[in-house]
Amino acid sequence: MDLRGKRAYADTAFRWLVIGAASLVLLILAYIAVSMTGRALPVLQHMGVLEFIKSKRWSPADQLFGALPFIWGTLFTAAIAVAIAVPISLGVALFVTQIAPRRWRMPIVYVMDLLAVVPSVVFGLWGVMVLSQHFHLGRSFMTAGIILAIMITPIITSLAREVIETTPQNEKEAALALGATKWEMIKGAVWPHSKGGLVGAVMLGLGRAMGETIAVALVIGSSLGQITLHALSPGNSMPAVIANEWGEADDLHKSALIALAVLLFVITIAVNLVANAIVQRSIARSRGK
Amino acid sequence: MRHPGDPVLALSLRPRRTWRTVKSWLMSVAMAGAFVLISLPLLAILWALFSKGASVAFSHFPAFFTKEIPVVSRRPGPGMGPAILGTLLVTGGATLIAVPLGILGAVYLHEYGGKSRFARLVRFMAMVMTGVPSIVMGLFVYVVWTMKYGYSAFGGALGLACLMLPVVIGSTETMLRLVPNQMREASLALGATKARTILTVVLPAAAPGIISGALLAVARAAGETAPLLFALGAATSYNPHFFDQANTALSVQIFGNAMSSFTAAQDRAWGAALTLVLLTFLVTLVARIFTARFKR
Repeated sequence: MDLRGKRAYADTAFRWLVIGAASLVLLILAYIAVSMTGRALPVLQHMGVLEFIKSKRWSPADQLFGALPFIWGTLFTAAIAVAIAVPISLGVALFVTQIAPRRWRMPIVYVMDLLAVVPSVVFGLWGVMVLSQHFHLGRSFMTAGIILAIMITPIITSLAREVIETTPQNEKEAALALGATKWEMIKGAVWPHSKGGLVGAVMLGLGRAMGETIAVALVIGSSLGQITLHALSPGNSMPAVIANEWGEADDLHKSALIALAVLLFVITIAVNLVANAIVQRSIARSRGK
Repeated sequence: MRHPGDPVLALSLRPRRTWRTVKSWLMSVAMAGAFVLISLPLLAILWALFSKGASVAFSHFPAFFTKEIPVVSRRPGPGMGPAILGTLLVTGGATLIAVPLGILGAVYLHEYGGKSRFARLVRFMAMVMTGVPSIVMGLFVYVVWTMKYGYSAFGGALGLACLMLPVVIGSTETMLRLVPNQMREASLALGATKARTILTVVLPAAAPGIISGALLAVARAAGETAPLLFALGAATSYNPHFFDQANTALSVQIFGNAMSSFTAAQDRAWGAALTLVLLTFLVTLVARIFTARFKR
């Protein structure tokens, strides 16, 4: 006996509809990988994959495309951003969860959320008009790093809060009952529980910083090919060079910019995968116990 | 000399001030300091937006919001109307594409797939997709759409929709998880099909949360620039056609004018930035109201 009656067809149709919608995620990702790699092929054949990644010379006029300076710029600015953002994010996350009175929590979270919804182009505008001019930073790796730090702090903070809140209440109370101060409780009970997850949170912030385009494109200075540790010199990053050069690019140049995007895609996905694995494992571990 | 009221033992529950308590206090102050430190740029940005943007956007109200963009960018004077229309078209289009598909995808993940292998794969790939940089989405749309069909608001909407889709899937699945199972069981026990149960019982119960999550995704998308950069082209006059002709958007205008050396263009960038921020804050505020309603 079929209890579902004559509506069974509609039910099956709906089932396939939702399966189709879910498959869309897989289709889009596959389509991104295939179509972009296809467009990147001309430059990869022209330069060779290895030469494209490790050559330092990017000169579209001479049809030379070496991505190394932009890879360096992406890593360098992201590293500056993470170095600034990590202590601030951990401080805010610990303050909200462990120190601040309960009624302060919502306003603090609200301020962080506000920071998270400011569009990246507005950060860029502020960076180029205010930060780079009034603080003698110019358009440089440093300015880009500071802007990125401000942008990823809300992300790292909210993930860090989630991770920190998985610390079992009874371990915190046990530490306090033994006479620990709040700081000793944080070091002894909260830190051991959450350090794995915090590493993951920081890596997710790193992934976000490496992919950020518009804010960086405005403040990094768009120099060609500086591989230097001098943070106040102008530079360039992979997403920024795509945004800034696309308008004047001919076919091979466009192919090179698409190849940069493919490289960026691969790097950010790798960082995100590792980060996510770390966060998930740490949350699962603290739930399992 | 002892007074009658003094305690016999000097027993106090308040910890004595030692290096340990001072250190704990200092660390707490440092954490509060971190919050102050990160609030400063937010305040500075809001201050700059209002001090530089308000006079541009609100003088001769509503000229800035309705006039067309000057073709010669060094010429002073208003006009962001076409960019406001473009932002609304592109964001609205992206919402119409990504929100229904995202909700259906999440319905599959939570109501049908559960812990099956395919559902786990989709969940994993949606997580991967949230990490794809927006500039990559922009180039992707250029390669698969703009190169064949030319500039249009629709191309921009496609790029934003790709960014929104995994976010909507994620937030909707979280909300579906909060719907108690008894509601599904009651509906199924009354003889409703699974599809009917989902459409008339589960989704309405989760609606405020789903709407709030979708609105937050919309607010983020409205501020995106990179996916629009290659799909919209350039325009200075109104273009209400969704599928034809070059268009523009507030974020694209801010990016272009911020790189200009002309004061008039920079002023328009600040005015556009204020408009965009007010727009995104408004959408976020509405989302918060929905969240508050859901929690109650």
